[in-house]
Amino acid sequence: MNKLTAVPTRQAVRTTTPGIQVVSMHALIRRSSPLLVLLALGVCIGAFNHDFFDPMNLSRIAISAAIPLTIALGGTFVIQLGSIDLSAEGIVAVAAITVSMLVENSYNDNHFGLWVLAVAIAAGAVLGLTNGVLHVFLRIPSFITTLAVGFVASGIGTAWLSGNTIRVSDTALRSIAITRYLGLPLSVWIAVLVLGVAWFIHRHTLLGRHTLAIGGGEDLARLSGVRVSRVRIAVFALAGAFYGVAGILAVAQYGQGHALIANGQLFVAITAIVVGGTSLAGGNGSPMNTLIGTLIVVVLANGMVLLGVPPYVQQGIQGVLIIVAVTLALNRSRRRIVK
Amino acid sequence: MLTLKNVTKRFPGVLALDDVTIEIRPNEIVGLIGENGAGKSTLMKLLTGAYRQDTGEIMLNGQPMVIRNPRDATSKGIAMVYQEQSILPNLTVAENLFLGREEDFVTFGRLNWTKLKHAAKKELATVRLDVDPLTLCEDLSFGQRQMVELARALSLASRTGGTPIILLDEPTSVLEAAEIEILFRLVGELKSRASFVFVSHRLDELLSLSDRVYVMKDGKVVAEMPAAKASVAKLHELMVGRSMHGEYYRENLQKPCRKEVALSVNHASLGHALNDVSFEVYNGEVFGVAGVVGSGREELCRVIAGLEKLDAGEVTVGTARLKPQANHAVALGIGYVPRERKVEGLVTQMSVAQNLTLPRLGAVSRAGVVRKASERLIATEWIDRLHIKTPGPDASCRNLSGGNQQKVVLAKWRFAGSRILVLDHPTRGLDVGAKEEVYQLIRELSAEGVAVVLTGDTLEEILGLSHRVMVMRDGRAQAILPCAVGHKPSQVEIVEHMV
Repeated sequence: MNKLTAVPTRQAVRTTTPGIQVVSMHALIRRSSPLLVLLALGVCIGAFNHDFFDPMNLSRIAISAAIPLTIALGGTFVIQLGSIDLSAEGIVAVAAITVSMLVENSYNDNHFGLWVLAVAIAAGAVLGLTNGVLHVFLRIPSFITTLAVGFVASGIGTAWLSGNTIRVSDTALRSIAITRYLGLPLSVWIAVLVLGVAWFIHRHTLLGRHTLAIGGGEDLARLSGVRVSRVRIAVFALAGAFYGVAGILAVAQYGQGHALIANGQLFVAITAIVVGGTSLAGGNGSPMNTLIGTLIVVVLANGMVLLGVPPYVQQGIQGVLIIVAVTLALNRSRRRIVK
Repeated sequence: MLTLKNVTKRFPGVLALDDVTIEIRPNEIVGLIGENGAGKSTLMKLLTGAYRQDTGEIMLNGQPMVIRNPRDATSKGIAMVYQEQSILPNLTVAENLFLGREEDFVTFGRLNWTKLKHAAKKELATVRLDVDPLTLCEDLSFGQRQMVELARALSLASRTGGTPIILLDEPTSVLEAAEIEILFRLVGELKSRASFVFVSHRLDELLSLSDRVYVMKDGKVVAEMPAAKASVAKLHELMVGRSMHGEYYRENLQKPCRKEVALSVNHASLGHALNDVSFEVYNGEVFGVAGVVGSGREELCRVIAGLEKLDAGEVTVGTARLKPQANHAVALGIGYVPRERKVEGLVTQMSVAQNLTLPRLGAVSRAGVVRKASERLIATEWIDRLHIKTPGPDASCRNLSGGNQQKVVLAKWRFAGSRILVLDHPTRGLDVGAKEEVYQLIRELSAEGVAVVLTGDTLEEILGLSHRVMVMRDGRAQAILPCAVGHKPSQVEIVEHMV
């Protein structure tokens, strides 16, 4: 008819070609952009300040990444569902206080040894389970449920200690932050182990696979026989367990337990998850993304200290980072309305 | 093998299926045709367990059975390949194939990817799709995704051991010609191991593939015949063939209009949906747009409403060229009455008065402050003029009946001074009485010189109301037919251009 009648470009089915799929360059760049950002960030900071690549500084980065990574790994599963978990700070605090109370401390005469770590993780898991159960059975949006449970947990922590701080003198526990293997303290290795566990769950268990399926399309997943409620509850409990581990690391690192021990960690964790490329809409991302995201946040903070950026400006820059990351990572063209 | 016997399904106001009896035999491809709203979709949903019939029985091998949900349907050997694709783009092909039944691939809680991959490879081979099972589905073309769905449906339904029944709902609507050919060849091959129910608007396709066809109309099966004995023309006649009620559509009020151009669409193209569409609409004219779902008429409406950006071509009102912005369309006097009344047509939480004045708040406000009194006054006036049944101007729109909600939408645009109205399925979901009132309003609009672009659920409605009808097919304007009173084209004539 005329030149406007061109057929839109869509590839037809290839029936006989070999099975290697050509992923478009654009998609490849979008998927690996967090790693590129991390590398670019490292190179830039290193160029301005050579101390950045100093082994001491690198181990400092690793140490300060351990706690946010552990929290963010738990949060990743929840965000993959398309939900959100805002209860991390409260749950970490409860777990931290639980540990502090049961090991050798300044508050009571307990001295139960390291098996109390399991109790801390269980405490986190129970609070996470509460999140999940309330969210699923009362059908309250996760945003509100976890916000409320987080407040309740913080409240429990504050009331428990009447606002005080417990000092921990247990050498075994403190050694988590002090004893070093290959130049890095145990806490870093624990975080690496947690990363491995998260990766295994994500990649090799039905829980991990079903989490992605629910995030990608809950109705479809349900119709396919995925037990959506059960998966949701399990994911929130799992996240709680991760926060429990983070609580242990926090006590080891600071040598004390109190209700505000995790203040500021929630923002860092969610930034890390999002910057790492896991979409808040759910259905994508992985623990590796979260590792990269956490490192971006921590490296940036570290670099700003090295470069002498004032502390308040640092916070502002972290805020900008979220906006930039979401802008880069999201394929927003498909979305008409953003709420 | 599978039999529906005297099945009836009623929805509020509609008899969706009326005493339908259908039989599907082993290793047979059954075609199902009918206009929009003829009951095909309802039938499919009954078979997949999304709905339950009111009366009648579904029998498998002579045994009556109840299909509780889609999962239950697959366990009985019935699976559907959906029109809107139902695979998860963020998962791999292998995961999609086995979603919800991965238990076979788990050892001690660990998912065995190698095993999953091999099993997936085998399933993909049945549909001749040679892609890596670990590819993310979002990296596949539409055609490939459809093949994955087909493989999934087949493997699900085959687990029963009997002959699986695969439902294909408009499988070709999103495919390219080459992809359609592959799909057809595949279905032909797979016939040896499954039965298929094939729903399509494209009769030629359907006849070439099917063994037997059922023709549905108004919820009834009006004919059943071997495909070899059917012809496209004959099916057309069976699909429509309804008597026209001139009175119902207020045809006595249809006045010839003068040839003053209100709106012109020139060489409009939009992706897949529109392909070089051109026409003009005159003041006071009702311009009907007919076509099956997916013919591009919905997109056309959205383009005129300024909601879509054209790839090529333009829409002009007078001398002004429409920008792809809804507020520009409103400024040019175009009002859009959307199909999704409750989502796009009204803010249901707001009151009648607030909805009415929304497009022209400037007229009832001063310095950005809304003057409640004048807003209410205007609302009251329109409520009287259009006989909107509401407790008052402050009543929430949510509580109005569908017909009255639609009147509020129309009143809104008339208050806004729109000279061109796009009516996208204006009577959808309305009962007969409310429909008549809407028809009356359309006639009044037309008499006042408002140009109306109309598309609707039934051909009858479009023909009855329009001065001229444009028939669309696959994004092209196939024909523009005059519809003067007493000389309306028959539905068969229209359908010939449609499919």
